[in-house]
Amino acid sequence: MGVNCEKVWRESSNYVDGDVSPDLRKAIEEHAQGCPRCATVLAGLKNIVQLYGDERMSEVPLGYGQRLHRRLENDMLPARRGFMGWMVAFAASILVGGAFEVARSASVGVPEHVSQHSQPADRQIPPDLGVLVSLGGKLFHLPTCRSINNRASAVAMTAQQAMQDGYTPCPRCLRKYLRVV
Amino acid sequence: MRTALQNDLGASSHEDALLKRIKDGERELFYELVQPYERRVYAAALSILRNEAEAEDAAQEAVLKAFKHIGQFREEAKFSTWLLQITINEARMRRRKQLAHAMEPIADQPNEDGEYIPRDFADWREIPSEILERHEIRDALMKALAMLGEKYREVFVLRDMQRLSIEETAKILDISTASVKTRLLRARLMLRDLLSPGFGGGWTTKLSFAKGNKPWE
Repeated sequence: MGVNCEKVWRESSNYVDGDVSPDLRKAIEEHAQGCPRCATVLAGLKNIVQLYGDERMSEVPLGYGQRLHRRLENDMLPARRGFMGWMVAFAASILVGGAFEVARSASVGVPEHVSQHSQPADRQIPPDLGVLVSLGGKLFHLPTCRSINNRASAVAMTAQQAMQDGYTPCPRCLRKYLRVV
Repeated sequence: MRTALQNDLGASSHEDALLKRIKDGERELFYELVQPYERRVYAAALSILRNEAEAEDAAQEAVLKAFKHIGQFREEAKFSTWLLQITINEARMRRRKQLAHAMEPIADQPNEDGEYIPRDFADWREIPSEILERHEIRDALMKALAMLGEKYREVFVLRDMQRLSIEETAKILDISTASVKTRLLRARLMLRDLLSPGFGGGWTTKLSFAKGNKPWE
Protein backbone atom coordinates (compact mmCIF):
# COMPACT_ATOMS: atom_id res chain seq x y z
CA MET A 1 0.00 0.00 0.00
CA GLY A 2 1.43 3.36 -1.03
CA VAL A 3 0.28 6.62 0.57
CA ASN A 4 0.81 10.27 -0.34
CA CYS A 5 1.49 13.22 1.97
CA GLU A 6 -2.13 14.23 2.19
CA LYS A 7 -3.15 10.77 3.31
CA VAL A 8 -0.40 10.79 5.94
CA TRP A 9 -1.61 14.13 7.37
CA ARG A 10 -5.21 12.97 7.40
CA GLU A 11 -4.26 9.80 9.28
CA SER A 12 -1.51 11.35 11.41
CA SER A 13 -3.71 11.75 14.45
CA ASN A 14 -5.06 8.19 14.23
CA TYR A 15 -1.50 6.99 13.67
CA VAL A 16 -0.27 8.63 16.85
CA ASP A 17 -3.20 7.04 18.72
CA GLY A 18 -2.31 3.62 17.29
CA ASP A 19 -5.71 3.62 15.64
CA VAL A 20 -4.71 2.50 12.12
CA SER A 21 -4.51 -0.94 10.51
CA PRO A 22 -1.07 -2.65 10.47
CA ASP A 23 -0.92 -2.18 6.68
CA LEU A 24 -1.60 1.53 6.88
CA ARG A 25 0.86 1.93 9.74
CA LYS A 26 3.58 0.30 7.66
CA ALA A 27 2.73 2.42 4.61
CA ILE A 28 2.84 5.63 6.67
CA GLU A 29 6.19 4.71 8.19
CA GLU A 30 7.66 3.83 4.81
CA HIS A 31 6.44 7.12 3.36
CA ALA A 32 7.85 9.13 6.27
CA GLN A 33 11.28 7.59 5.84
CA GLY A 34 11.60 9.22 2.45
CA CYS A 35 9.66 12.40 3.27
CA PRO A 36 11.21 14.71 5.90
CA ARG A 37 8.15 16.94 5.95
CA CYS A 38 5.78 14.13 6.90
CA ALA A 39 8.32 12.74 9.37
CA THR A 40 8.29 16.19 11.02
CA VAL A 41 4.52 16.28 11.17
CA LEU A 42 4.34 12.86 12.84
CA ALA A 43 7.12 13.69 15.30
CA GLY A 44 5.46 17.01 16.06
CA LEU A 45 2.11 15.37 16.82
CA LYS A 46 3.77 12.84 19.10
CA ASN A 47 5.34 15.72 21.01
CA ILE A 48 2.01 17.53 21.28
CA VAL A 49 0.26 14.44 22.66
CA GLN A 50 3.10 13.68 25.05
CA LEU A 51 3.61 17.22 26.36
CA TYR A 52 -0.04 18.17 26.80
CA GLY A 53 -0.85 14.76 28.25
CA ASP A 54 1.66 15.32 31.05
CA GLU A 55 0.11 15.77 34.49
CA ARG A 56 1.98 19.01 34.98
CA MET A 57 -0.18 20.54 32.24
CA SER A 58 -3.41 19.88 34.13
CA GLU A 59 -2.70 21.63 37.40
CA VAL A 60 -5.61 22.98 39.36
CA PRO A 61 -5.36 26.22 41.35
CA LEU A 62 -4.08 25.86 44.89
CA GLY A 63 -6.91 25.12 47.34
CA TYR A 64 -9.39 24.30 44.56
CA GLY A 65 -10.47 20.99 46.13
CA GLN A 66 -11.01 22.51 49.58
CA ARG A 67 -13.00 25.42 48.19
CA LEU A 68 -15.18 23.04 46.20
CA HIS A 69 -15.78 20.88 49.24
CA ARG A 70 -16.63 23.90 51.38
CA ARG A 71 -19.05 25.32 48.80
CA LEU A 72 -20.76 21.97 48.54
CA GLU A 73 -21.16 21.79 52.30
CA ASN A 74 -22.41 25.36 52.64
CA ASP A 75 -24.85 25.40 49.77
CA MET A 76 -26.17 21.90 49.60
CA LEU A 77 -26.03 20.36 53.01
CA PRO A 78 -28.15 22.59 55.24
CA ALA A 79 -29.07 19.45 57.19
CA ARG A 80 -25.52 19.46 58.54
CA ARG A 81 -25.82 22.97 59.92
CA GLY A 82 -23.69 23.27 63.05
CA PHE A 83 -24.94 24.02 66.52
CA MET A 84 -24.34 27.78 66.13
CA GLY A 85 -26.26 27.74 62.86
CA TRP A 86 -29.29 26.28 64.58
CA MET A 87 -28.99 28.76 67.43
CA VAL A 88 -28.95 31.68 64.98
CA ALA A 89 -31.95 30.25 63.13
CA PHE A 90 -33.79 29.74 66.40
CA ALA A 91 -33.04 33.27 67.59
CA ALA A 92 -34.15 34.68 64.26
CA SER A 93 -37.45 32.83 64.43
CA ILE A 94 -38.11 34.26 67.87
CA LEU A 95 -37.39 37.76 66.61
CA VAL A 96 -39.62 37.34 63.58
CA GLY A 97 -42.39 35.82 65.67
CA GLY A 98 -42.06 38.70 68.11
CA ALA A 99 -42.33 41.19 65.30
CA PHE A 100 -45.57 39.60 64.12
CA GLU A 101 -46.97 39.76 67.62
CA VAL A 102 -46.15 43.46 67.80
CA ALA A 103 -47.71 44.08 64.41
CA ARG A 104 -50.86 42.21 65.34
CA SER A 105 -51.26 43.90 68.71
CA ALA A 106 -50.92 47.30 67.06
CA SER A 107 -53.88 46.15 64.90
CA VAL A 108 -52.75 47.95 61.84
CA GLY A 109 -54.79 46.74 58.86
CA VAL A 110 -52.50 45.01 56.43
CA PRO A 111 -54.01 44.95 52.92
CA GLU A 112 -54.72 41.32 52.16
CA HIS A 113 -55.82 41.49 48.54
CA VAL A 114 -53.35 40.56 45.87
CA SER A 115 -54.15 41.38 42.28
CA GLN A 116 -54.93 38.39 40.09
CA HIS A 117 -52.69 39.87 37.44
CA SER A 118 -49.70 39.64 39.72
CA GLN A 119 -49.85 35.86 39.58
CA PRO A 120 -46.92 34.62 37.55
CA ALA A 121 -47.90 33.38 34.11
CA ASP A 122 -46.23 30.01 34.70
CA ARG A 123 -48.92 29.17 37.25
CA GLN A 124 -51.00 28.14 34.26
CA ILE A 125 -48.73 25.19 33.46
CA PRO A 126 -50.07 21.92 34.91
CA PRO A 127 -47.72 21.14 37.82
CA ASP A 128 -47.43 17.46 36.90
CA LEU A 129 -46.63 18.11 33.24
CA GLY A 130 -43.58 16.06 32.23
CA VAL A 131 -40.81 18.38 31.05
CA LEU A 132 -37.12 18.22 30.20
CA VAL A 133 -34.46 20.41 31.71
CA SER A 134 -31.10 20.89 30.10
CA LEU A 135 -28.61 21.25 32.92
CA GLY A 136 -26.59 24.40 32.55
CA GLY A 137 -29.54 26.01 30.77
CA LYS A 138 -32.26 28.14 32.28
CA LEU A 139 -35.34 26.79 30.53
CA PHE A 140 -37.59 23.77 30.77
CA HIS A 141 -39.16 22.26 27.69
CA LEU A 142 -41.78 19.83 26.44
CA PRO A 143 -40.02 16.60 25.43
CA THR A 144 -41.01 17.33 21.81
CA CYS A 145 -39.35 20.76 21.77
CA ARG A 146 -36.74 21.27 19.08
CA SER A 147 -34.75 23.91 20.87
CA ILE A 148 -33.39 21.85 23.75
CA ASN A 149 -29.76 22.59 24.23
CA ASN A 150 -27.61 19.47 24.52
CA ARG A 151 -30.47 17.00 24.74
CA ALA A 152 -28.11 14.20 25.79
CA SER A 153 -27.75 15.60 29.28
CA ALA A 154 -31.36 16.74 29.67
CA VAL A 155 -33.20 15.32 32.65
CA ALA A 156 -36.90 14.65 33.03
CA MET A 157 -38.98 16.12 35.85
CA THR A 158 -42.38 17.66 36.46
CA ALA A 159 -43.07 21.29 35.55
CA GLN A 160 -43.57 22.04 39.22
CA GLN A 161 -40.17 20.64 40.12
CA ALA A 162 -38.54 22.60 37.29
CA MET A 163 -40.11 25.83 38.48
CA GLN A 164 -39.07 25.14 42.05
CA ASP A 165 -35.52 24.68 40.83
CA GLY A 166 -35.65 28.11 39.22
CA TYR A 167 -36.08 27.10 35.58
CA THR A 168 -38.42 29.12 33.38
CA PRO A 169 -40.73 27.84 30.62
CA CYS A 170 -39.32 27.68 27.10
CA PRO A 171 -40.94 30.53 25.16
CA ARG A 172 -41.24 28.33 22.08
CA CYS A 173 -42.75 24.99 23.08
CA LEU A 174 -44.60 26.31 26.15
CA ARG A 175 -45.76 29.52 24.53
CA LYS A 176 -49.45 28.72 24.94
CA TYR A 177 -49.06 28.85 28.70
CA LEU A 178 -47.30 32.18 28.66
CA ARG A 179 -50.15 34.63 28.82
CA VAL A 180 -49.33 38.25 28.19
CA VAL A 181 -50.83 40.19 31.07
CA MET B 1 -1.67 -8.30 40.42
CA ARG B 2 -4.93 -6.62 39.58
CA THR B 3 -5.53 -5.82 35.96
CA ALA B 4 -6.74 -2.41 34.77
CA LEU B 5 -10.13 -3.98 34.05
CA GLN B 6 -10.43 -5.33 37.57
CA ASN B 7 -9.51 -1.94 38.93
CA ASP B 8 -12.15 -0.34 36.75
CA LEU B 9 -14.77 -2.80 37.89
CA GLY B 10 -13.81 -2.26 41.50
CA ALA B 11 -14.03 1.50 41.10
CA SER B 12 -17.37 1.40 39.33
CA SER B 13 -19.02 -0.93 41.84
CA HIS B 14 -17.76 1.33 44.62
CA GLU B 15 -19.29 4.23 42.72
CA ASP B 16 -22.61 2.40 42.29
CA ALA B 17 -22.72 1.71 46.00
CA LEU B 18 -21.98 5.37 46.77
CA LEU B 19 -24.68 6.54 44.38
CA LYS B 20 -27.24 4.30 46.00
CA ARG B 21 -26.39 5.52 49.50
CA ILE B 22 -26.52 9.16 48.38
CA LYS B 23 -29.91 8.66 46.75
CA ASP B 24 -31.08 6.97 49.95
CA GLY B 25 -30.25 10.11 51.87
CA GLU B 26 -26.55 10.04 52.80
CA ARG B 27 -25.99 13.33 51.03
CA GLU B 28 -22.66 14.01 52.70
CA LEU B 29 -21.13 11.18 50.63
CA PHE B 30 -21.53 13.22 47.46
CA TYR B 31 -18.11 14.81 47.80
CA GLU B 32 -16.53 11.38 47.89
CA LEU B 33 -18.31 10.54 44.65
CA VAL B 34 -17.15 13.72 42.92
CA GLN B 35 -13.60 13.93 44.23
CA PRO B 36 -11.96 11.58 41.71
CA TYR B 37 -13.30 13.79 38.90
CA GLU B 38 -12.86 17.27 40.35
CA ARG B 39 -9.71 17.94 38.32
CA ARG B 40 -11.45 16.91 35.12
CA VAL B 41 -14.39 19.14 35.90
CA TYR B 42 -12.03 22.09 36.30
CA ALA B 43 -10.08 21.26 33.15
CA ALA B 44 -13.27 20.95 31.10
CA ALA B 45 -14.50 24.32 32.33
CA LEU B 46 -11.09 25.91 31.72
CA SER B 47 -10.97 24.56 28.17
CA ILE B 48 -14.03 26.63 27.35
CA LEU B 49 -13.63 29.67 29.57
CA ARG B 50 -9.83 30.15 29.41
CA ASN B 51 -9.84 31.99 32.73
CA GLU B 52 -8.90 30.28 35.99
CA ALA B 53 -11.28 32.14 38.28
CA GLU B 54 -14.21 31.77 35.89
CA ALA B 55 -13.39 28.10 35.38
CA GLU B 56 -13.30 27.41 39.11
CA ASP B 57 -16.62 29.14 39.62
CA ALA B 58 -18.19 27.22 36.75
CA ALA B 59 -16.74 23.96 38.11
CA GLN B 60 -18.28 24.61 41.54
CA GLU B 61 -21.61 25.52 40.00
CA ALA B 62 -21.60 22.37 37.86
CA VAL B 63 -20.88 20.14 40.87
CA LEU B 64 -23.70 21.81 42.80
CA LYS B 65 -26.08 21.23 39.89
CA ALA B 66 -25.06 17.60 39.67
CA PHE B 67 -25.73 17.24 43.38
CA LYS B 68 -29.11 18.91 43.12
CA HIS B 69 -30.17 16.65 40.27
CA ILE B 70 -28.56 13.42 41.41
CA GLY B 71 -32.03 11.90 41.73
CA GLN B 72 -32.46 12.24 37.98
CA PHE B 73 -29.13 10.68 37.05
CA ARG B 74 -29.86 7.73 34.76
CA GLU B 75 -27.51 4.98 35.72
CA GLU B 76 -27.04 3.51 32.28
CA ALA B 77 -24.56 6.37 31.73
CA LYS B 78 -21.28 6.76 33.59
CA PHE B 79 -21.45 9.25 36.42
CA SER B 80 -18.27 10.98 35.22
CA THR B 81 -19.72 11.42 31.72
CA TRP B 82 -22.88 12.95 33.12
CA LEU B 83 -20.94 15.24 35.44
CA LEU B 84 -18.75 16.47 32.59
CA GLN B 85 -21.78 17.07 30.36
CA ILE B 86 -23.22 19.32 33.04
CA THR B 87 -19.86 21.08 33.35
CA ILE B 88 -19.57 21.66 29.61
CA ASN B 89 -23.11 23.08 29.51
CA GLU B 90 -22.43 25.36 32.44
CA ALA B 91 -19.18 26.63 30.92
CA ARG B 92 -20.75 27.16 27.50
CA MET B 93 -23.54 29.19 29.03
CA ARG B 94 -21.00 31.46 30.73
CA ARG B 95 -18.92 31.62 27.58
CA ARG B 96 -21.89 32.90 25.58
CA LYS B 97 -22.12 35.78 28.04
CA GLN B 98 -18.38 36.46 27.72
CA LEU B 99 -18.59 36.42 23.94
CA ALA B 100 -20.91 39.37 23.92
CA HIS B 101 -17.82 41.42 24.82
CA ALA B 102 -14.92 39.53 23.32
CA MET B 103 -13.61 38.69 19.88
CA GLU B 104 -13.60 35.19 18.46
CA PRO B 105 -10.24 33.44 18.57
CA ILE B 106 -8.45 33.38 15.24
CA ALA B 107 -8.51 29.65 14.79
CA ASP B 108 -12.32 29.49 14.78
CA GLN B 109 -12.55 30.47 11.15
CA PRO B 110 -11.43 27.39 9.20
CA ASN B 111 -14.21 25.08 8.20
CA GLU B 112 -14.01 21.64 9.77
CA ASP B 113 -14.67 19.91 6.47
CA GLY B 114 -11.86 21.69 4.63
CA GLU B 115 -8.40 20.18 4.49
CA TYR B 116 -5.86 21.46 7.00
CA ILE B 117 -2.39 21.54 5.58
CA PRO B 118 0.43 21.46 8.12
CA ARG B 119 3.13 24.08 7.77
CA ASP B 120 6.57 23.07 6.69
CA PHE B 121 9.14 23.44 9.45
CA ALA B 122 12.53 22.54 10.59
CA ASP B 123 11.85 19.58 12.81
CA TRP B 124 11.36 19.66 16.54
CA ARG B 125 11.76 16.03 17.36
CA GLU B 126 12.22 14.42 20.72
CA ILE B 127 11.28 17.19 23.07
CA PRO B 128 12.01 15.86 26.56
CA SER B 129 9.12 16.28 28.94
CA GLU B 130 11.49 17.80 31.53
CA ILE B 131 10.99 21.13 29.77
CA LEU B 132 7.60 21.20 31.47
CA GLU B 133 9.42 21.98 34.71
CA ARG B 134 9.77 25.47 33.30
CA HIS B 135 6.85 27.77 33.90
CA GLU B 136 7.32 29.74 30.71
CA ILE B 137 7.07 26.57 28.65
CA ARG B 138 3.83 25.56 30.32
CA ASP B 139 2.52 29.09 29.81
CA ALA B 140 3.45 28.97 26.13
CA LEU B 141 1.64 25.66 25.70
CA MET B 142 -1.45 27.01 27.46
CA LYS B 143 -1.38 30.16 25.35
CA ALA B 144 -1.21 28.13 22.16
CA LEU B 145 -4.15 26.04 23.37
CA ALA B 146 -6.13 29.19 24.12
CA MET B 147 -5.70 30.26 20.49
CA LEU B 148 -7.66 27.29 19.18
CA GLY B 149 -11.35 27.61 18.46
CA GLU B 150 -13.62 26.34 21.19
CA LYS B 151 -14.78 23.19 19.43
CA TYR B 152 -11.19 22.07 18.89
CA ARG B 153 -10.12 23.02 22.39
CA GLU B 154 -12.92 21.06 24.05
CA VAL B 155 -12.07 17.87 22.17
CA PHE B 156 -8.34 18.26 22.69
CA VAL B 157 -8.61 18.86 26.44
CA LEU B 158 -10.93 15.92 27.09
CA ARG B 159 -9.06 13.53 24.86
CA ASP B 160 -5.39 14.47 25.11
CA MET B 161 -5.16 16.20 28.47
CA GLN B 162 -7.79 14.28 30.43
CA ARG B 163 -7.12 11.12 28.42
CA LEU B 164 -10.72 10.14 27.87
CA SER B 165 -11.56 7.73 25.06
CA ILE B 166 -12.87 8.91 21.69
CA GLU B 167 -16.27 7.42 22.60
CA GLU B 168 -16.48 9.12 25.96
CA THR B 169 -15.41 12.46 24.51
CA ALA B 170 -18.13 12.11 21.85
CA LYS B 171 -20.76 11.33 24.47
CA ILE B 172 -19.83 14.26 26.69
CA LEU B 173 -19.84 16.76 23.84
CA ASP B 174 -22.89 15.19 22.19
CA ILE B 175 -21.13 14.82 18.82
CA SER B 176 -20.21 11.80 16.67
CA THR B 177 -16.96 9.86 17.11
CA ALA B 178 -16.08 10.88 13.54
CA SER B 179 -16.33 14.55 14.56
CA VAL B 180 -14.14 13.89 17.58
CA LYS B 181 -11.46 12.41 15.34
CA THR B 182 -11.64 15.22 12.78
CA ARG B 183 -11.47 17.92 15.43
CA LEU B 184 -8.69 16.14 17.27
CA LEU B 185 -6.60 15.91 14.10
CA ARG B 186 -7.16 19.62 13.47
CA ALA B 187 -6.39 20.59 17.04
CA ARG B 188 -3.16 18.61 17.17
CA LEU B 189 -1.93 19.88 13.82
CA MET B 190 -2.76 23.48 14.70
CA LEU B 191 -0.97 23.20 18.04
CA ARG B 192 2.06 21.74 16.36
CA ASP B 193 2.06 24.61 13.90
CA LEU B 194 1.56 27.21 16.62
CA LEU B 195 4.44 25.85 18.67
CA SER B 196 6.95 24.94 16.02
CA PRO B 197 10.14 26.98 15.88
CA GLY B 198 10.11 29.46 13.05
CA PHE B 199 6.43 30.21 13.17
CA GLY B 200 5.56 33.70 14.33
CA GLY B 201 3.20 32.60 17.07
CA GLY B 202 3.14 30.52 20.25
CA TRP B 203 6.32 30.58 22.24
CA THR B 204 8.51 31.61 19.31
CA THR B 205 7.75 35.34 19.36
CA LYS B 206 6.74 35.57 23.01
CA LEU B 207 9.99 34.06 24.15
CA SER B 208 12.08 35.15 21.18
CA PHE B 209 13.16 31.68 20.19
CA ALA B 210 14.60 32.15 16.75
CA LYS B 211 14.58 29.41 14.18
CA GLY B 212 17.01 26.69 15.16
CA ASN B 213 17.32 28.02 18.70
CA LYS B 214 15.47 25.22 20.40
CA PRO B 215 13.97 26.24 23.74
CA TRP B 216 14.33 22.77 25.19
CA GLU B 217 18.08 22.63 24.83
